[in-house]
Amino acid sequence: MRDFEYEAPTSLADAVGLLAKSKGTARPLAGGTDLIDHVRTGRLVADLIVDLKKIPELMVLELNNAGLRLGAAVPCYKIYEHPGILEQYSAISDSSNIIGGMQVQNRASVGGNLANAGAAADSTPALIALNARVIIAGPSGTREVAVDQFCTGPGQNVLEPGEIIVELQFPPRPAHSGSHYRRFIPRNEMDIAVVGVGASVVLDASGENFVSARIGLGAVAAKPFYAQEASELLAGQPVNDETIQKAAAAARAVVHPITDMRGTQEFRTHVTGVLTERVIKKAVERARG
Amino acid sequence: MAKKRIVTATINGREEEFLCQPRQTLLEILRNTLNLTGAKEGCSNGNCGACSVIIDGRAVNSCMILGVEAEGANIETIEGLAPGDGLDPLQQAFLENAALQCGICTPGYIMSAKAFLDENPNPTEEEIRFSMAGNLCRCTGYDKIVRAIQQAAETRAEQSASCAKETV
Repeated sequence: MRDFEYEAPTSLADAVGLLAKSKGTARPLAGGTDLIDHVRTGRLVADLIVDLKKIPELMVLELNNAGLRLGAAVPCYKIYEHPGILEQYSAISDSSNIIGGMQVQNRASVGGNLANAGAAADSTPALIALNARVIIAGPSGTREVAVDQFCTGPGQNVLEPGEIIVELQFPPRPAHSGSHYRRFIPRNEMDIAVVGVGASVVLDASGENFVSARIGLGAVAAKPFYAQEASELLAGQPVNDETIQKAAAAARAVVHPITDMRGTQEFRTHVTGVLTERVIKKAVERARG
Repeated sequence: MAKKRIVTATINGREEEFLCQPRQTLLEILRNTLNLTGAKEGCSNGNCGACSVIIDGRAVNSCMILGVEAEGANIETIEGLAPGDGLDPLQQAFLENAALQCGICTPGYIMSAKAFLDENPNPTEEEIRFSMAGNLCRCTGYDKIVRAIQQAAETRAEQSASCAKETV
């Protein structure tokens, strides 16, 4: 690997300072499962790598009445092994459990998955469904961005030079809510999503009507995105096949997939509808408890 | 060149100090500096798991971790697995089930399986296959590896049962 410097600051201020003041290209490091590969292959250049795992704010994992706080460098296994997250924020548990294999899940973070802004990132549709906010720190202070506004294109995001994701904050889950993330891949595991769908639903007390829903789609456009119309179509409607099929059709209508070796445009569009239906149904099942 | 750092880590139960450039992966340090050549370099991008070692109880790909990140870590490699006078149940089971041919993937498999069985001592076949997805073997066709891990799980259960009896 090409030569670089390494620092492991223990405070957020020091990390931001190191990243902002670096004369060359400074790269933040969490689990390293993308970064180290990219630096090795020369796809990314690094003159300085700033390890973020010793900063308490980036390792926070806190679930209470105010919602969920997920530090940007928390590895996937800590997410899917957390019983409260599995119960209340199931979609992000689902994602964390299928990003790479066990060895990758023991290192890779959801914050890193988001920051890399891959179109097929497995955690981002779940974050969109669960309406996460991205807390960003940088040389000019701290700011917040809604997660569906974070990615701007393939491998591109809203972070300015010197800025890092500190944590993801999720609003508290209402009663009668459920969520799910699922992807289509031609293998059983260890593959990149051909289509990925995250959905969160809130039902009324009877469990027979949608109060609201959020659907996030991945791998079917230049970036993961919020399927607004499909989500809004469900609000106030009865839970039945017809309603869910309408939402799935609305999701199919807004995708812009590419054709590549993993799937054609036509296939990805079709699978978006199939998965959207299945994911909503699973989220409903979980909401009913 | 970035200055070399002194890193201290516990490796197979012994505290070790090594000199390391930031750009060196843990795998390079294990193999080239510490002469622990059990962990293998396969794909170098996190797909094959041949470099798997256990850090603080979790299986990881040592090719995707910098040596400098290992400061203070507790690292277990295949070299530290066998007790003084015999083989670990996983090693024995891989041998008895012929769960290897060329052997390149074997140290990684065994370390991943150890971390997995430590957490899930009585897994189903499906759980074994799902958890071992980060390890690739191009020789065996996987069935023998799965059977070996199943057998090792049984042996480990018998051993811990007889241990429990002895202490009673």
